[in-house]
Amino acid sequence: MALSASNLKAGDTYTECLVEDLSRTQIVMYAGASGDYNPVHTDEKFTKEIAGYPSVFAHGMLTMGMTGRMLTNYVGDGRLTKYGVRFTSQVWPGDSLNSTATVVDVADGIVNLNVETTNQDGAVVLSGYAAARVD
Amino acid sequence: MAVDKFPIEGSHIMMFARSIADDNQIYYDADYAKTTEAGAVIAPPTFAQSSAQFDPTYFLRPKIGEEWFGSGKEATSIKKKESSGGGGGGGLHAEQHFEYHRHVGPGDVLTAEVKPGKTWEKEGKRSGKLVFSETITEYRDQNGELAITARGVGVRTERPVDQ
Repeated sequence: MALSASNLKAGDTYTECLVEDLSRTQIVMYAGASGDYNPVHTDEKFTKEIAGYPSVFAHGMLTMGMTGRMLTNYVGDGRLTKYGVRFTSQVWPGDSLNSTATVVDVADGIVNLNVETTNQDGAVVLSGYAAARVD
Repeated sequence: MAVDKFPIEGSHIMMFARSIADDNQIYYDADYAKTTEAGAVIAPPTFAQSSAQFDPTYFLRPKIGEEWFGSGKEATSIKKKESSGGGGGGGLHAEQHFEYHRHVGPGDVLTAEVKPGKTWEKEGKRSGKLVFSETITEYRDQNGELAITARGVGVRTERPVDQ
Protein backbone atom coordinates (compact mmCIF):
# COMPACT_ATOMS: atom_id res chain seq x y z
CA MET A 1 0.00 0.00 0.00
CA ALA A 2 1.46 3.31 -1.00
CA LEU A 3 1.08 6.50 0.96
CA SER A 4 -1.16 9.33 -0.14
CA ALA A 5 0.41 12.80 -0.10
CA SER A 6 -2.83 14.37 1.08
CA ASN A 7 -2.73 12.29 4.28
CA LEU A 8 0.87 13.16 5.17
CA LYS A 9 2.22 16.11 7.09
CA ALA A 10 5.60 17.07 8.52
CA GLY A 11 6.17 15.46 11.86
CA ASP A 12 4.11 12.31 11.16
CA THR A 13 5.90 9.22 12.44
CA TYR A 14 5.84 5.49 11.80
CA THR A 15 7.60 3.06 14.17
CA GLU A 16 8.32 -0.66 14.05
CA CYS A 17 10.17 -3.07 16.26
CA LEU A 18 12.92 -4.48 14.01
CA VAL A 19 14.15 -7.27 16.25
CA GLU A 20 14.00 -8.46 19.83
CA ASP A 21 16.99 -10.25 21.34
CA LEU A 22 19.02 -10.34 18.12
CA SER A 23 20.46 -13.84 17.68
CA ARG A 24 23.88 -14.80 16.42
CA THR A 25 22.05 -17.06 13.98
CA GLN A 26 20.32 -14.06 12.38
CA ILE A 27 23.75 -12.49 11.92
CA VAL A 28 25.03 -15.73 10.35
CA MET A 29 22.03 -15.73 7.99
CA TYR A 30 22.90 -12.19 6.92
CA ALA A 31 26.54 -13.16 6.36
CA GLY A 32 25.46 -16.06 4.16
CA ALA A 33 22.96 -14.11 2.10
CA SER A 34 25.02 -10.95 1.65
CA GLY A 35 28.38 -12.66 1.19
CA ASP A 36 30.06 -10.52 3.87
CA TYR A 37 31.91 -13.17 5.90
CA ASN A 38 34.00 -10.76 7.97
CA PRO A 39 34.74 -12.92 11.05
CA VAL A 40 33.91 -10.02 13.40
CA HIS A 41 30.26 -10.87 12.72
CA THR A 42 30.29 -14.64 13.18
CA ASP A 43 33.55 -15.81 14.76
CA GLU A 44 33.58 -15.17 18.51
CA LYS A 45 37.13 -16.47 19.00
CA PHE A 46 38.61 -14.21 16.33
CA THR A 47 36.57 -11.22 17.43
CA LYS A 48 37.60 -11.44 21.08
CA GLU A 49 41.21 -12.51 20.69
CA ILE A 50 42.30 -10.69 17.53
CA ALA A 51 39.87 -7.86 16.81
CA GLY A 52 39.55 -6.90 20.48
CA TYR A 53 35.76 -6.68 20.84
CA PRO A 54 33.70 -8.27 23.63
CA SER A 55 31.69 -10.39 21.17
CA VAL A 56 30.70 -10.67 17.55
CA PHE A 57 28.49 -7.82 16.35
CA ALA A 58 25.95 -7.32 13.59
CA HIS A 59 26.81 -6.09 10.11
CA GLY A 60 25.80 -2.44 9.78
CA MET A 61 24.03 -3.60 6.63
CA LEU A 62 21.89 -6.01 8.65
CA THR A 63 20.59 -3.06 10.66
CA MET A 64 20.16 -1.06 7.46
CA GLY A 65 18.33 -4.00 5.87
CA MET A 66 15.94 -4.41 8.79
CA THR A 67 15.41 -0.65 8.91
CA GLY A 68 14.62 -0.83 5.19
CA ARG A 69 11.87 -3.32 6.04
CA MET A 70 10.28 -0.70 8.31
CA LEU A 71 10.52 1.80 5.42
CA THR A 72 8.97 -0.42 2.76
CA ASN A 73 6.20 -1.44 5.18
CA TYR A 74 5.49 2.30 5.57
CA VAL A 75 5.92 3.70 2.04
CA GLY A 76 5.05 0.58 0.02
CA ASP A 77 7.05 -1.78 -2.18
CA GLY A 78 9.10 -0.32 -5.00
CA ARG A 79 8.45 3.24 -3.83
CA LEU A 80 11.83 4.25 -2.39
CA THR A 81 13.92 6.62 -4.48
CA LYS A 82 16.69 7.26 -1.93
CA TYR A 83 17.80 5.62 1.28
CA GLY A 84 21.00 6.46 3.14
CA VAL A 85 22.33 5.97 6.65
CA ARG A 86 25.23 6.47 9.04
CA PHE A 87 26.06 3.66 11.44
CA THR A 88 26.48 5.46 14.75
CA SER A 89 26.88 2.58 17.20
CA GLN A 90 27.52 -1.13 16.98
CA VAL A 91 24.65 -3.62 17.31
CA TRP A 92 25.30 -6.69 19.46
CA PRO A 93 23.67 -10.10 19.86
CA GLY A 94 20.84 -9.71 22.38
CA ASP A 95 20.00 -6.17 21.27
CA SER A 96 16.40 -5.16 20.60
CA LEU A 97 15.92 -2.47 17.98
CA ASN A 98 13.14 -0.04 17.19
CA SER A 99 13.07 2.12 14.10
CA THR A 100 11.13 5.28 13.32
CA ALA A 101 10.52 7.22 10.12
CA THR A 102 9.52 10.87 10.53
CA VAL A 103 8.05 12.93 7.70
CA VAL A 104 10.22 15.98 6.91
CA ASP A 105 8.18 17.28 3.98
CA VAL A 106 5.99 16.23 1.08
CA ALA A 107 6.34 17.91 -2.30
CA ASP A 108 6.02 17.01 -5.97
CA GLY A 109 4.92 13.45 -5.24
CA ILE A 110 7.89 12.69 -3.00
CA VAL A 111 7.94 12.30 0.77
CA ASN A 112 11.23 12.98 2.54
CA LEU A 113 11.78 11.07 5.76
CA ASN A 114 14.22 11.10 8.63
CA VAL A 115 15.10 7.61 9.76
CA GLU A 116 16.41 6.57 13.15
CA THR A 117 16.99 3.16 14.74
CA THR A 118 17.64 2.85 18.45
CA ASN A 119 18.55 -0.01 20.78
CA GLN A 120 16.96 -1.08 24.06
CA ASP A 121 18.97 1.57 25.94
CA GLY A 122 17.77 4.35 23.66
CA ALA A 123 21.16 4.67 21.93
CA VAL A 124 20.93 5.60 18.27
CA VAL A 125 22.58 2.83 16.21
CA LEU A 126 21.61 4.13 12.76
CA SER A 127 20.48 7.52 11.54
CA GLY A 128 19.64 8.56 8.04
CA TYR A 129 17.07 9.59 5.51
CA ALA A 130 14.83 8.20 2.81
CA ALA A 131 12.72 9.54 -0.01
CA ALA A 132 9.76 7.77 -1.58
CA ARG A 133 7.14 8.33 -4.26
CA VAL A 134 3.67 8.93 -2.86
CA ASP A 135 0.29 9.07 -4.59
CA MET B 1 32.77 -4.24 -5.38
CA ALA B 2 33.42 -4.31 -9.09
CA VAL B 3 31.31 -7.04 -10.66
CA ASP B 4 31.08 -8.00 -14.32
CA LYS B 5 27.91 -10.03 -13.91
CA PHE B 6 25.46 -9.91 -11.00
CA PRO B 7 22.51 -12.07 -12.04
CA ILE B 8 19.55 -11.38 -9.77
CA GLU B 9 17.83 -14.61 -8.80
CA GLY B 10 14.63 -15.35 -6.91
CA SER B 11 16.17 -17.76 -4.42
CA HIS B 12 18.90 -15.28 -3.54
CA ILE B 13 16.28 -12.59 -2.91
CA MET B 14 14.30 -15.02 -0.72
CA MET B 15 17.39 -15.86 1.35
CA PHE B 16 18.34 -12.21 1.65
CA ALA B 17 14.82 -11.23 2.77
CA ARG B 18 14.91 -14.00 5.40
CA SER B 19 18.26 -12.74 6.64
CA ILE B 20 16.77 -9.30 7.37
CA ALA B 21 13.68 -10.96 8.90
CA ASP B 22 11.39 -9.56 6.21
CA ASP B 23 8.51 -11.92 5.40
CA ASN B 24 6.96 -9.61 2.78
CA GLN B 25 5.52 -11.94 0.11
CA ILE B 26 6.75 -9.68 -2.68
CA TYR B 27 10.23 -11.10 -2.07
CA TYR B 28 9.36 -14.76 -2.71
CA ASP B 29 5.85 -15.27 -4.08
CA ALA B 30 5.67 -14.54 -7.82
CA ASP B 31 1.88 -15.04 -7.94
CA TYR B 32 1.34 -12.54 -5.15
CA ALA B 33 3.88 -10.13 -6.67
CA LYS B 34 1.87 -10.08 -9.93
CA THR B 35 -1.05 -8.56 -8.05
CA THR B 36 1.05 -5.67 -6.66
CA GLU B 37 2.00 -2.32 -8.14
CA ALA B 38 5.52 -3.62 -8.80
CA GLY B 39 3.99 -6.45 -10.86
CA ALA B 40 6.77 -8.94 -10.12
CA VAL B 41 9.15 -10.04 -7.40
CA ILE B 42 11.56 -7.22 -6.59
CA ALA B 43 14.68 -7.09 -4.44
CA PRO B 44 14.69 -5.46 -0.98
CA PRO B 45 16.22 -1.96 -0.88
CA THR B 46 19.65 -3.02 0.40
CA PHE B 47 19.98 -6.17 -1.75
CA ALA B 48 22.57 -4.63 -4.09
CA GLN B 49 25.13 -5.06 -1.31
CA SER B 50 25.01 -8.81 -1.92
CA SER B 51 26.74 -8.26 -5.25
CA ALA B 52 29.75 -9.19 -3.09
CA GLN B 53 28.78 -12.80 -3.85
CA PHE B 54 29.65 -12.18 -7.50
CA ASP B 55 32.91 -10.31 -6.94
CA PRO B 56 35.58 -12.95 -7.62
CA THR B 57 38.15 -11.19 -5.45
CA TYR B 58 35.93 -10.03 -2.57
CA PHE B 59 38.29 -9.96 0.42
CA LEU B 60 35.67 -10.77 3.07
CA ARG B 61 35.01 -14.24 1.66
CA PRO B 62 37.34 -17.21 2.28
CA LYS B 63 38.97 -18.48 -0.91
CA ILE B 64 39.80 -22.10 -1.56
CA GLY B 65 43.47 -22.79 -0.87
CA GLU B 66 44.17 -19.37 0.64
CA GLU B 67 44.75 -18.33 4.25
CA TRP B 68 41.67 -16.93 5.97
CA PHE B 69 41.95 -14.41 8.78
CA GLY B 70 39.13 -15.96 10.85
CA SER B 71 39.70 -18.68 13.42
CA GLY B 72 40.46 -22.35 12.90
CA LYS B 73 42.46 -24.04 15.59
CA GLU B 74 43.92 -20.64 16.46
CA ALA B 75 42.10 -17.32 16.67
CA THR B 76 43.37 -16.37 13.22
CA SER B 77 44.73 -18.59 10.50
CA ILE B 78 46.96 -15.87 9.08
CA LYS B 79 50.46 -16.84 10.10
CA LYS B 80 52.00 -13.38 10.40
CA LYS B 81 49.23 -11.04 11.34
CA GLU B 82 49.77 -7.38 10.64
CA SER B 83 47.89 -5.01 12.88
CA SER B 84 44.98 -3.69 10.93
CA GLY B 85 43.11 -1.63 13.47
CA GLY B 86 39.73 -2.06 15.07
CA GLY B 87 37.83 -3.70 12.26
CA GLY B 88 39.79 -6.90 12.70
CA GLY B 89 41.08 -6.75 9.14
CA GLY B 90 37.98 -5.63 7.35
CA GLY B 91 37.51 -2.14 8.76
CA LEU B 92 34.07 -0.93 9.78
CA HIS B 93 31.17 0.34 7.74
CA ALA B 94 30.46 4.00 8.53
CA GLU B 95 27.83 5.03 5.98
CA GLN B 96 25.81 3.59 3.13
CA HIS B 97 23.61 5.43 0.66
CA PHE B 98 21.44 4.17 -2.20
CA GLU B 99 19.72 6.00 -5.00
CA TYR B 100 17.13 3.90 -6.84
CA HIS B 101 16.62 4.68 -10.51
CA ARG B 102 14.45 1.59 -10.77
CA HIS B 103 13.72 -1.48 -8.65
CA VAL B 104 15.45 -4.63 -9.85
CA GLY B 105 14.23 -8.22 -9.67
CA PRO B 106 14.82 -11.78 -10.88
CA GLY B 107 15.96 -11.84 -14.50
CA ASP B 108 17.92 -8.63 -14.29
CA VAL B 109 21.65 -8.98 -14.81
CA LEU B 110 23.59 -6.10 -13.34
CA THR B 111 27.14 -4.89 -13.65
CA ALA B 112 28.79 -2.91 -10.89
CA GLU B 113 31.42 -0.31 -11.62
CA VAL B 114 33.30 1.13 -8.66
CA LYS B 115 34.61 4.68 -8.63
CA PRO B 116 36.84 5.93 -5.84
CA GLY B 117 35.48 8.80 -3.77
CA LYS B 118 36.96 11.07 -1.14
CA THR B 119 39.16 10.04 1.78
CA TRP B 120 39.43 11.96 5.03
CA GLU B 121 40.68 11.61 8.60
CA LYS B 122 39.23 12.42 11.96
CA GLU B 123 40.33 12.00 15.57
CA GLY B 124 37.84 9.75 17.38
CA LYS B 125 37.32 9.83 21.15
CA ARG B 126 36.60 6.09 21.36
CA SER B 127 38.95 4.62 18.79
CA GLY B 128 41.90 6.93 18.03
CA LYS B 129 42.59 8.16 14.51
CA LEU B 130 39.84 7.34 12.02
CA VAL B 131 40.53 7.07 8.29
CA PHE B 132 37.41 7.26 6.15
CA SER B 133 37.24 6.27 2.50
CA GLU B 134 34.33 6.54 0.13
CA THR B 135 33.46 4.41 -2.89
CA ILE B 136 30.72 4.96 -5.41
CA THR B 137 29.24 1.93 -7.15
CA GLU B 138 27.07 2.24 -10.22
CA TYR B 139 24.82 -0.75 -10.88
CA ARG B 140 23.67 -0.93 -14.50
CA ASP B 141 21.18 -3.39 -15.93
CA GLN B 142 21.41 -5.61 -19.03
CA ASN B 143 20.42 -2.64 -21.20
CA GLY B 144 23.18 -0.46 -19.80
CA GLU B 145 20.67 1.66 -17.90
CA LEU B 146 21.62 2.91 -14.44
CA ALA B 147 19.51 1.01 -11.89
CA ILE B 148 21.10 1.83 -8.52
CA THR B 149 23.81 4.21 -7.41
CA ALA B 150 25.43 3.22 -4.12
CA ARG B 151 27.85 5.26 -2.03
CA GLY B 152 29.63 3.52 0.81
CA VAL B 153 31.98 4.93 3.43
CA GLY B 154 34.36 2.61 5.24
CA VAL B 155 36.44 3.52 8.26
CA ARG B 156 39.62 2.09 9.68
CA THR B 157 40.20 2.80 13.35
CA GLU B 158 43.51 3.01 15.16
CA ARG B 159 42.22 0.64 17.85
CA PRO B 160 38.98 -1.18 18.64
CA VAL B 161 36.10 1.15 19.45
CA ASP B 162 35.77 1.59 23.25
CA GLN B 163 32.55 0.10 24.58
